[in-house]
Amino acid sequence: MALKMVKGSIDRMFDKNLQDLVRGIRNHKEDEAKYISTCIDEIKQELKQDNIAVKANAVCKLTYLQMLGYDVSWAAFNIIEVMSSSKFTYKRIGYLAASQCFHEGTDVIMLTTNQIRKDLSSPNQYDTGVALTGLSCFVTPDLARDLANDIMTLMSHTKPYIRKKAVLIMYKVFLKYPESLRPAFPRLKEKLEDPDPGVQSAAVNVICELARRNPKNYLSLAPLFFKLMTSSTNNWVLIKIIKLFGALTPLEPRLGKKLIEPLTNLIHSTSAMSLLYECVNTVIAVLISLSSGMPNHSASIQLCVQKLRILIEDSDQNLKYLGLLAMSKILKTHPKSVQSHKDLILQCLDDKDESIRLRALDLLYGMVSKKNLMEIVKKLMIHVDKAEGTTYRDELLTKIIDICSQSNYQYITNFEWYISILVELTRLEGTRHGHLIASQMLDVAIRVKAIRGFAVAQMAMLLDNAHLLAGNTQRNGICEVLYAAAWICGEFSEHLEDPLQTLEAMLRPKVTTLPGHIQAVYVQNAVKLFAAVLTRRETAGEKQAAQETTEMLIEKLPQFVQSADLEVQERASCILQLVKYIQKLQAKEVSVAEEVTALFAGELNPVAPKAQKKVPVPEGLDLDAWINEPPSESESEDEKPKAIFQEDEPKHSRPRLTELDEQELARRREARKQEQANNPFYIKSSPSPQKSYQDTPGVDHIPVVQIDLTVPLKVPGMPISDQYLKLEEERRLKQKQEKKDKKKKKKKEKHGKSRRHDSAHTESEEDIAPAQRVDIVTEEMPENALPSDEDDKDSNDPYKALDIDLDKPLADSEKLPVRTHRPSRTEGLKSPDVDTTAEEQRPKKSKEKDKKKDKERKKSKEEKKKKKRKKSAPTEELEEEEQQHQGEQAEDKISTEDTSEAKEAKTNDVPAAVPTEQQPLEAVPLSEPESPKESEKDQEESKSSKHKKKKHKKEKEEKKSKKKRHRSENVESEAAVHNGTAEEEEEEPLPPMSNYCLLAENSYIKMVYDIQGNLQDGSQVVVSVIFENNCTDFLKSMEFNVLDSLNTRLVRPSGASVHDGIAVPFQLPPGVSNEARFVFTVQSIVMPQKLKGTLTFIVKTEDGSTHEKLDFKLHFTCTSYLITTPCYSDAFAKLLESEELKVNALKLDSINMPFHHLLAKICFHHHFSVVERIDSCASMYSRSIQGHHVCLLVKSGDNSVSIDAKCNEPSLLSHVLEEIKQTFTTAS
Amino acid sequence: MIKAILVFNNHGKPRLIRFYQYFPEDMQQQIIRETFHLVSKRDDNVCNFLEGGSLIGGSDYKLIYRHYATLYFVFCVDSSESELGILDLIQVFVETLDKCFENVCELDLIFHMDKVHYILQEVVMGGMVLETNMNEIVGQVENQSRLEKSEGGLSGAPARAVSAVKNMNLPEIPRNINIGDINIKVPNLSPFV
Repeated sequence: MALKMVKGSIDRMFDKNLQDLVRGIRNHKEDEAKYISTCIDEIKQELKQDNIAVKANAVCKLTYLQMLGYDVSWAAFNIIEVMSSSKFTYKRIGYLAASQCFHEGTDVIMLTTNQIRKDLSSPNQYDTGVALTGLSCFVTPDLARDLANDIMTLMSHTKPYIRKKAVLIMYKVFLKYPESLRPAFPRLKEKLEDPDPGVQSAAVNVICELARRNPKNYLSLAPLFFKLMTSSTNNWVLIKIIKLFGALTPLEPRLGKKLIEPLTNLIHSTSAMSLLYECVNTVIAVLISLSSGMPNHSASIQLCVQKLRILIEDSDQNLKYLGLLAMSKILKTHPKSVQSHKDLILQCLDDKDESIRLRALDLLYGMVSKKNLMEIVKKLMIHVDKAEGTTYRDELLTKIIDICSQSNYQYITNFEWYISILVELTRLEGTRHGHLIASQMLDVAIRVKAIRGFAVAQMAMLLDNAHLLAGNTQRNGICEVLYAAAWICGEFSEHLEDPLQTLEAMLRPKVTTLPGHIQAVYVQNAVKLFAAVLTRRETAGEKQAAQETTEMLIEKLPQFVQSADLEVQERASCILQLVKYIQKLQAKEVSVAEEVTALFAGELNPVAPKAQKKVPVPEGLDLDAWINEPPSESESEDEKPKAIFQEDEPKHSRPRLTELDEQELARRREARKQEQANNPFYIKSSPSPQKSYQDTPGVDHIPVVQIDLTVPLKVPGMPISDQYLKLEEERRLKQKQEKKDKKKKKKKEKHGKSRRHDSAHTESEEDIAPAQRVDIVTEEMPENALPSDEDDKDSNDPYKALDIDLDKPLADSEKLPVRTHRPSRTEGLKSPDVDTTAEEQRPKKSKEKDKKKDKERKKSKEEKKKKKRKKSAPTEELEEEEQQHQGEQAEDKISTEDTSEAKEAKTNDVPAAVPTEQQPLEAVPLSEPESPKESEKDQEESKSSKHKKKKHKKEKEEKKSKKKRHRSENVESEAAVHNGTAEEEEEEPLPPMSNYCLLAENSYIKMVYDIQGNLQDGSQVVVSVIFENNCTDFLKSMEFNVLDSLNTRLVRPSGASVHDGIAVPFQLPPGVSNEARFVFTVQSIVMPQKLKGTLTFIVKTEDGSTHEKLDFKLHFTCTSYLITTPCYSDAFAKLLESEELKVNALKLDSINMPFHHLLAKICFHHHFSVVERIDSCASMYSRSIQGHHVCLLVKSGDNSVSIDAKCNEPSLLSHVLEEIKQTFTTAS
Repeated sequence: MIKAILVFNNHGKPRLIRFYQYFPEDMQQQIIRETFHLVSKRDDNVCNFLEGGSLIGGSDYKLIYRHYATLYFVFCVDSSESELGILDLIQVFVETLDKCFENVCELDLIFHMDKVHYILQEVVMGGMVLETNMNEIVGQVENQSRLEKSEGGLSGAPARAVSAVKNMNLPEIPRNINIGDINIKVPNLSPFV
């Protein structure tokens, strides 16, 4: 061994360390890759050695190589080895490497769970810190689930250094394991008021991050944050809180009103720019949320805009940038106040800083109006010409298109101008956005019918000059425009002045260099143009010319037939045949134009992109159902080869479509139309309700816009849009003049000069009449489309899972899974949580994610249950139910109490209780509505256990339906029953049990109580007290107080003295019972204790009220410090072997109850779980809240039971045994 | 949330990379290249914010960077972080490096990448700001180095001696030359309180 060590350290001497590696790489600049690969080989050798120092050194080097881009995931296992070193130095290296290269896909990550848990609980705070830091980078859903509880415990660590890390990492845990949010939230909230500023800041950080995604769930924290905002001096915290308020105000306008004042004060007072900026931002958010009808806030808006203007004018580019950014937020709701700063923003477009220019562009988007659109776009076009970098220019291009097309072309008054702008944009070199321009062209041409004539002319010009666009291969992006141009020219060929010329342009040899999909459109639309040419020639009677055109087509089309692109080839050869056929007809002097045109008859309507999705599935249509019976497998195998041959045959005899005679064609068309008319899925051309207005005048009735001949159409490359600007100005001036004239007539007495000034300003946007009558066709949607917005939601959003209601009281089923063991299933007897581990994990995930759905489901489930109750349910169902039930219950048992949870529990819930053997029926508090059932139940007690369980279930369901917490006796008793007898249905049924025992009683009130340990806090127990009103009067103002001992104290709200009682948070009408919980801190748990206490209350009778009191003694048994904890049988065996445990024994005589009853009782009353049971012998385990192990070996003999016990605290053990003995002596 | 922290020099060589979201190695390198490309062509007197590159983030993300002498410190953050706050945080980080390394220069970052990571871990954890108080950060870093020293360090004395011997045999290796001018100058900006 020693020799090995020496050898190891000698080896180490020749290893490179990180510095050597870096130096080596720097010295091998020429053959770096080769050098590194030899280094990696060395590292691999080092990793094979046993010496952990060598390994750590190797891993450290790997981390460096990872930064250089080398994949080091192959060393994942070695990294884990280094992580598990006991030395901090190596551990830190391991965790660093892991945080750099582990991710959810790393398979060995699951091996780390226990190591991380160990490190988290390390006594050295830096071990814990390093583990937390590492975990924050590679936490997976599994790790999050397994470690959530441990991390939650760390949130209350004594060291602030650990606390703040634990708080921060909780956010990552929530993201990966959303179920942990609710149980952990109360503690997180607590940390908002942590004495350490770092922890506080971390908590604010996490809550802000959570609230940003789902603000509505955090509204209730607003007062707390408000307090923090006014008290904190830490700018980081302030900024976070102010940002958070920005997210909350849209949901709660009242909050906004409250915020305005302190925020305005901060704006005036703070010297920190970052804080000022965030304040302005939040004020903006507040104002947005208040936007309507709050005239008195115009001052705040002015303040913000003013401050922002100062920022924008600042020489610091950062402030300028942020100023613009915030300005764009104001713009959305208060465009007027921003528009007055247009000069400043246009100025920013000239800034040398691209970020600032982009921000200014964003602002422009919101600043355009009908009035200034042309002017602004002109400025932008100038910038497009000047811009040198392609990215910024592309950004400009998209912005121009965005600005113009926003809200359905709202601001465009002259579409000719817009088309010219688009055409001008095609001259941009090397832009990526050709398709964007193309789609705009198509959109405008299709939807703005009035513009088609002009658009077609422009497109024809583009096609004519296509060589300019497509000539340069580098300009490839822009040739997409030709796609649109060809389609528009073809589709609206009736508007073309000279279709032949365009047709010729489209058939030039150069076209074959274009991308395939564009060529395909060319070919298709060439035929449309051909049809147009034929029509014109034939109507003009120029048959010769028509034939020439046909010949030209036959001559040119073969170049496309040869295309390598399948689509082009297919279309071309198909069309070539068609044209040849036409030629034949033409030779026979038949006029064909009408027929050819008919090929393309009908108009295409714009269809909304989502239309297909919105078509509702008609009732009774099941798309997944088989239409015909699926062929059996053997059959299909036999027939497969046959089918191939059969299919081949008809192919040859299939008639060619082109050979159909016209009559047949017409008939088919008619039939198809008929079919379409009857087919609900076909999107008809008939007007849908929302666009009915636009179809009323037919296409022909729309006035075709006269083309302004002053526009030099034929000169490409000359900006023409400027012309429109002038024209537009003139036109507006004219309009204005006209209006003025009208006004003049009306009010002649007014002074001319001031009036002009007036009218220029008061002219609202609506006054600007569009240049031509324009119908903007809305996109079609199928009739009765579903108005759903589902398609806008992203189902993959990880934050959605965190949309969890945090104000609802915590249900037991939601507790964080506490580290559990999986008992072996091979044994005849199940440990209590056999189903828990499995059941708990499966349904839980889905359970919480959609709470709302769950509620609904619960309702329906309940209804089902009701139905079931009426029938005697089939056994199968019952078993299933039971199993499920058992899972839930067991979960309840192993889950633990939480202080905060206990607080929540003091809400008005009415738990029901089950009569027990120990307690006579009348002694048990009941909620009113359930009392009749109770007696019924008593009678039924003798019935089979199945029935009984079902009854429990029933009750539980009822409680659920009332949305009340159901942590009450019957539930637990049943869980306990199952503990011992899960699979022993044939055995005798167990009597119901309760742990609630009498605390005190008088003629007014009765109290029963139960004590439960709190695993998450080793020093606390929770006392649940059920108060029941025994009299016919109203009881109120109940106050619960105990005399604290040194060891055990009642946890009182902060600020209260030790003599103050705790108010019971409810009142009791006659006959009603309710449960309240009180938390006690305990120091030593080895001895049972009794505390004296008093309950004071007011009895309100008809003739006044009297003060009453009731003294009681709270008995803290040692049992109440035990928590049911499941245990593996092998872990149990190991535990027994360890020498730390002290032995004790107990013998119970004259016990004549079935063994499983006995076990169940121990399980239930004393919080044990069965580890293993063989015949009449069983081992049991439990753990105290302070971590003591208690092991029992229970043997049953004739009429007697012997219990051998082991525990690492003899005093605790003897008391527990004493209490067990007590249970059985009093009971039997 | 902070999505990534990148430190690279004027030539785009990475000196520290810390992604708080998983990217495969080649993607990481591509992001570094793209970020370097974006940042390096900007003058020193333009603003320190950049709309996120196409690779990292999306519209919600921003690059916030500072340029010190030969190094760029780039933080990629989403909209929940205050822009000016992050600028201050970079300052805090660099000042902390300056304290821990005593006049930090690029070479410190080159040869002690691990240590830089440990310092960063005290500032940012899992993409969230952990501590902004420099004294607290320095204190924790020093405590941990002390702990490491008490354990004997990673490469104990023998290894160091050997590495010295190894280097003696190669006198032509240029060691620690011209570091004088690449000290990162930490301008006196208003500290973040």
